Amino acid sequence: MTARRGLRVAALGYLALLLIIPVGLVIYRTFEPGLGEVWDSITTPAAISAFWLTLEIAAIAVTINTVMGVITALLLVRGRFSGKWIIEALLDLPFAVSPVVVGLSLVLVYGRGGWLADLPFQVIFSLPGMVLATVFVSLPFVAREVIPVLREVGDEQEQAAATLGASQWQSFWRITLPAIRWGVAYGVILSTARAIGEFGAVSVVSGKVAGETVTLTLLVENRFQNFDLAGAYAASALLALIALATLLVMTLLRPRRDSDA
Amino acid sequence: MISVDAVTKRFGDYQALQDVSLDVPDGSLTALLGPSGSGKSTLLRVIAGLEAPDSGRVIIDGEDATPLPAQRRGIGFVFQHYAAFKHMTVRENVAFGLRIRKRPKAQIDAKVDELLEIVGLKGHHKRYPSQLSGGQRQRMALARALAIEPRVLLLDEPFGALDAKVRADLRAWLRRLHDEVHVTTVLVTHDQEEAMEVADRIAVINEGRLEQIGAPRDLYESPANGFVMSFLGPVARLGEDLVRPHDLRVSTEPRAGALEAMVERVVYLGFEVRVEVALADGAPLAVQLTRDDAVALELAPGDIVWVGHTAAPEAIAAITA
Repeated sequence: MTARRGLRVAALGYLALLLIIPVGLVIYRTFEPGLGEVWDSITTPAAISAFWLTLEIAAIAVTINTVMGVITALLLVRGRFSGKWIIEALLDLPFAVSPVVVGLSLVLVYGRGGWLADLPFQVIFSLPGMVLATVFVSLPFVAREVIPVLREVGDEQEQAAATLGASQWQSFWRITLPAIRWGVAYGVILSTARAIGEFGAVSVVSGKVAGETVTLTLLVENRFQNFDLAGAYAASALLALIALATLLVMTLLRPRRDSDA
Repeated sequence: MISVDAVTKRFGDYQALQDVSLDVPDGSLTALLGPSGSGKSTLLRVIAGLEAPDSGRVIIDGEDATPLPAQRRGIGFVFQHYAAFKHMTVRENVAFGLRIRKRPKAQIDAKVDELLEIVGLKGHHKRYPSQLSGGQRQRMALARALAIEPRVLLLDEPFGALDAKVRADLRAWLRRLHDEVHVTTVLVTHDQEEAMEVADRIAVINEGRLEQIGAPRDLYESPANGFVMSFLGPVARLGEDLVRPHDLRVSTEPRAGALEAMVERVVYLGFEVRVEVALADGAPLAVQLTRDDAVALELAPGDIVWVGHTAAPEAIAAITA
């Protein structure tokens, strides 16, 4: 019993040291100057633009990753082709490569003098580049969540649907997607959290044009470097709030997901 | 009628089916019987269009169905593990095929009600599969397969995942259902008793080949070879012959064609008595007698007896091994 209690204290202490105390301090410092100050600081034009830009990038990147993630998972689990292991290994690349390197490589490809520098629209220092960077870093989540669910569900229900006359398209919408929906939902939430919090890759490709290509994480860094500590804390608190909301949705989803499996 | 014509199928190094040809007459209930890994399920899946044969053809009602995908074959398929649509209610499961076919709602409702009545799930239409027992799920799967009024009903070890009592009930129920609905049915099973009880024709399959096809009684009484004989019931080896234990006779006096043996054990099993003897060469042999015969013979361990065929050897199944 005492050993178990000791373990519990150790686990809690570890979490407190690494997570609860720092995040708690940020929130404490945020509200130290008073609510009015905080409100002013997160309603400046720069902050509002950063907030919407962050959501816009996350929305686009997560949509792309959800569609591609489900397709990738289907290919890897149901497909019969050689070289599957290559896709399987590449899928985890974004976990392995540092986001800063991702940003730099995007600059190399799309930036001045790069292979694809002459596109009709600007990629680097603009929205497309930031979306690309975010897509890259949050790429594996949906596929990684959906793959085990697909394996567990098996393909008998799809075969049954086929014998009942359903086309592959009908079978996907009516049978496969409902069966994997909690896996998809979980992957979407993880991708969203990752996308909103992304800093390194986006920082390299953004160019930090004020009011245009500054996301919330970049705003935090900006204010911090300009000795606007209160402003940095306020923007951080806003980020933490979004993260908490995401976590909350995830926790609400989880029990249903477990009972479903 | 379904005709399977010279179907061959390989999975890598494994020869699942080798030049199999058979006919399933309209309205019949044919069992594909064989040990696990014999290729019987593969044959069923080839008929369904869930597997493509390497060579050979599947002809359904005179039409070459080989190039048709499963969706367009007009078959009903029932899986061993039910393949219930877990996120749909019983009603939605059964209605699935009709909704895909965009039938009018009133027609779908009427058909679903009728089928749920037939399979004994009336009043369960709002439940989810997870709220049903295994037997109920399989009956739901049968209703779902029957809803599209298939030309052929294919059942892949439909009772394999159920416990013995439910299995026996469902077997009898399936036979009655077939007598009512008359849809041409092919049933895959590894259980010879199930095949004998339910089917009016049995195709015995072993190592990817069709060993024999015929009425259950014909297969039991005139098996084509030792495999069919031993798969359909107990066999005893008497010298060079394979015979059924109940086709053997024991006498206490020497008799033409009978072999000398020593009684080792007499087991009373109620109506039947199993007499275990050892032949002169030491080979063990089990003889099945009725209780009256055994009592009349007064057998005891250590007795010397003579074991041979019953009176009319031409009337019994015996195969020279």
